[in-house]
Amino acid sequence: MGSQVKHEDAAKTKSRAAESNIRPLMGNEAIARGIWEAGARLAAAYPGTPSTEILENVAGYPDGEIVAQWSTNEKVAFDVAAGGSFAGVRSACVMKHVGLNVAADALMSQTYIGVNAGLVVIVCDDPGIHSSQNEQDTRIYAKLAQVPVLEPSDAQEALEFTRLAFEISEQFDTPVIVRSTTRLSHTRSAVLMGERADVPVKPFNEAPAKNVMVPAHARQRHPELFKREAALAEYFETSPLTKWEKGSKEFGVITQSVAYTYVKEVLPEASVLKLAASHPLPENALREFCASVKRVFVVEELEPIVQTALKAMGIAAEGKEWFPRDGEFSPELVLRGFEAAGIVEADEHEEVVTATPIARPPVLCSGCPHMTSYLALRAIDARVAGDIGCYTLAAIEPLNSIDTCVSMGSSIANAVGMAKAGLNERPIVATLGDSTFLHAGIPPLIDAVYNNANITVIILDNHITAMTGGQDHAGTGKTIRGTEAHRVDFEQICRATGVEWVKTIDSYDMGTMYRTFREATEHRGVSVVISNRPCVLDPVKIMGPALRVNGAECIACQSCMNLGCPSLTWSDEWHDGHHKVQIIESTCIGCTICAQVCPSNCIQPVEA
Amino acid sequence: MNDKSKIEKPVNVLIVGVGGQGVIMVSKVLALLCQTHGFEVKQSEVHGMAKRGGGVFSHIRFGPKVWSPTIPKGKADILLALEWAEAMRWLDHLKPGGTFIADTQRIVPPFACRNRKRGAERNYSRETPAEIIDKVKNGYALDAEGMAMTLGNRRVANTILLGVLSTALDFSPESWQAVIEKFVPPHTIETNAQAFQEGRSWTANAVKPLPVVSEAPSAESIDITTELTINTVWCKGCDICVKMCPERCLALNEDQEAVLIHPDKCTGCRICEWLCPDYAIKLHKRPNSQTEGTGAGV
Repeated sequence: MGSQVKHEDAAKTKSRAAESNIRPLMGNEAIARGIWEAGARLAAAYPGTPSTEILENVAGYPDGEIVAQWSTNEKVAFDVAAGGSFAGVRSACVMKHVGLNVAADALMSQTYIGVNAGLVVIVCDDPGIHSSQNEQDTRIYAKLAQVPVLEPSDAQEALEFTRLAFEISEQFDTPVIVRSTTRLSHTRSAVLMGERADVPVKPFNEAPAKNVMVPAHARQRHPELFKREAALAEYFETSPLTKWEKGSKEFGVITQSVAYTYVKEVLPEASVLKLAASHPLPENALREFCASVKRVFVVEELEPIVQTALKAMGIAAEGKEWFPRDGEFSPELVLRGFEAAGIVEADEHEEVVTATPIARPPVLCSGCPHMTSYLALRAIDARVAGDIGCYTLAAIEPLNSIDTCVSMGSSIANAVGMAKAGLNERPIVATLGDSTFLHAGIPPLIDAVYNNANITVIILDNHITAMTGGQDHAGTGKTIRGTEAHRVDFEQICRATGVEWVKTIDSYDMGTMYRTFREATEHRGVSVVISNRPCVLDPVKIMGPALRVNGAECIACQSCMNLGCPSLTWSDEWHDGHHKVQIIESTCIGCTICAQVCPSNCIQPVEA
Repeated sequence: MNDKSKIEKPVNVLIVGVGGQGVIMVSKVLALLCQTHGFEVKQSEVHGMAKRGGGVFSHIRFGPKVWSPTIPKGKADILLALEWAEAMRWLDHLKPGGTFIADTQRIVPPFACRNRKRGAERNYSRETPAEIIDKVKNGYALDAEGMAMTLGNRRVANTILLGVLSTALDFSPESWQAVIEKFVPPHTIETNAQAFQEGRSWTANAVKPLPVVSEAPSAESIDITTELTINTVWCKGCDICVKMCPERCLALNEDQEAVLIHPDKCTGCRICEWLCPDYAIKLHKRPNSQTEGTGAGV
């Protein structure tokens, strides 16, 4: 089998490996390395935490060896990779878990088609919701699409499983999902690296009955999926990746992914069946393992995929009774679960020292151009449909001015629905960033114009995908490799959809912003305001000249504090029993927004 | 610890701070140091929100074999904090008797500064370094940033902290220096070497000379009652005060007169009084006690 051959290769490589081939890699770097080592020639992605660094690292390999591109959204990225597979080169697409929702439409049909050259979908889940809007479990998609989902447990496996995914994809004619999680993606550990495989380009597969999904063809292809699924289950029965670590017969643990490392941490001597994939499952191996122990536990993050399957097989597997269905696991949580289940005795936890510090929610950066838009929206008392991006932080104190946030691009259509529902005592405004607008904002804008909704759309154009750390997109005029690209004209796009009222304004001009927002919301029909200023961090970190507060004139009204700017803080001086304000000059970028809102005009440039 | 056979269980080091302080860089130094000594190392962090001024943490575990990438509560052998409130947040991860190292500098989150309500600044952290050092037994609290300024470069504060950290781990100072050199700009190698030494000698001499941290003023010292009165006869309903009130506690009534609808939210900032073109708004303040706030605040 492909995998076994591959593993012998790995063993040989290991014995010859020079010290320099072992490097500390982050899970995401290891996955990127795996894509490259597999001989892939095409990778596409839309950025999304925790997956972003994967494509950035792929782009670190030479352009002549692998094409890396940011795509407009995850569905586009998936289709681009599928196109690469059709054309005969190994291809990958990368996304976060919610990105797979966007790409799901394509995946559900591509699975009927299968692949020509290997097609691998890397999906990073976010248990614990570190930086997402939900914590859905990608493994359910794998079941739905009837494709295998590989789940590495550390960076070394991340590399090996990714490389292997291409082999499995070609051997079984299927797209393959590699599922990472935030913890794996962002943990650095030593990885033994291999060489890049030299995989020749395959000819295009001239097979319309396989490649063109019309009803007659699709009906023929559907039963093929069942055969393929059975063959894959058989593959995992005998694959060395399905590892049985023998131990006590009192109980056994079935686990995979990072959860495996937690189990090993707290119960190093236990009987463990480590799965490489939660779908399709090696039923015989599972039955044999379960029969060898008195009690069976499944330790899996998020949904009870394996546990439910075992129950359907008539095995009394325990799992979600002891280990929660939500949140991120930890060794501590796994230990508590086994304690509650009576497997290990609750140890006496020594008293730790605790303290009660102030909360520290993330904040918009000093001089962030998003601050003014939301201050102005507060002033016009708008009902604001928000979207996904840094600006979602305006939903919390102090800006406190976003009413809804659902998913990429939802803002505009949410606003349309609110307007159509007759919510009209306050202006209805949708706010979304440039990258989010391109990702999923254009179809709802067309909808808004077509159905004549009375809404205002504010495109917060900061010329970058900021939330994920500054990635380029079609509106920045640059590719991932920094080469020049066509730059989308937002005003033209809006006009082309039929919006007649479009204005571009400077995000740092508070007065104009108030006036323009008022005008826009008074316009009947769809109006668009493009609030235009580059992100202060990317692509260039914007620095000073800093401003300074003239302490003598500060009345401690703290108007400027409503911006939530991290460069503003209390000074040691007091007025009327309240702290006066000072500016931290080392971080102030001199955007002047605080000076514009100061009623006593006491914020001035630092004199040279 | 240069002799690998000496340690059997992984050593857990938790490094915490605020986005932009260099938590990840500090942990990379330690991770590389451990790796060059032949240990298996896992370094786990969470990116994404970190850049936005939120808390940042990095778990480092090293030993002959490391499974979990994260450190459970109460199991960190060492807690190294680059900021005081973050030190307090992660204190429960320090194992009893573990080593606690914290910079006493305070980065106050913006929302906390906005609150004009009395006593707000005291929520930053109720615990003073003196109290904590007393509780954790094996603890060091220092003003690394101040020490770095004395050395002429604010940015070497982290290297000073690495100097302190080096005394809690059994790697030679030379091997620390060699790794640090790989991470700092070439022209600052000398200053960083000085800073590292400074951290080590501070630790050697540290007979708990606690840094002086100015305490926040007590609630009583700024206890003032405010009352807002609106002369409706003079008010012409221009809406300026309603639009500009930062707490949104004013509104126009049916007669187009400004009224205070949320007296509990009024912080007495005087913006409405200041901006009213008709002088219709007046704020009255009465100190409840004689002394006015003169403390140094946060």
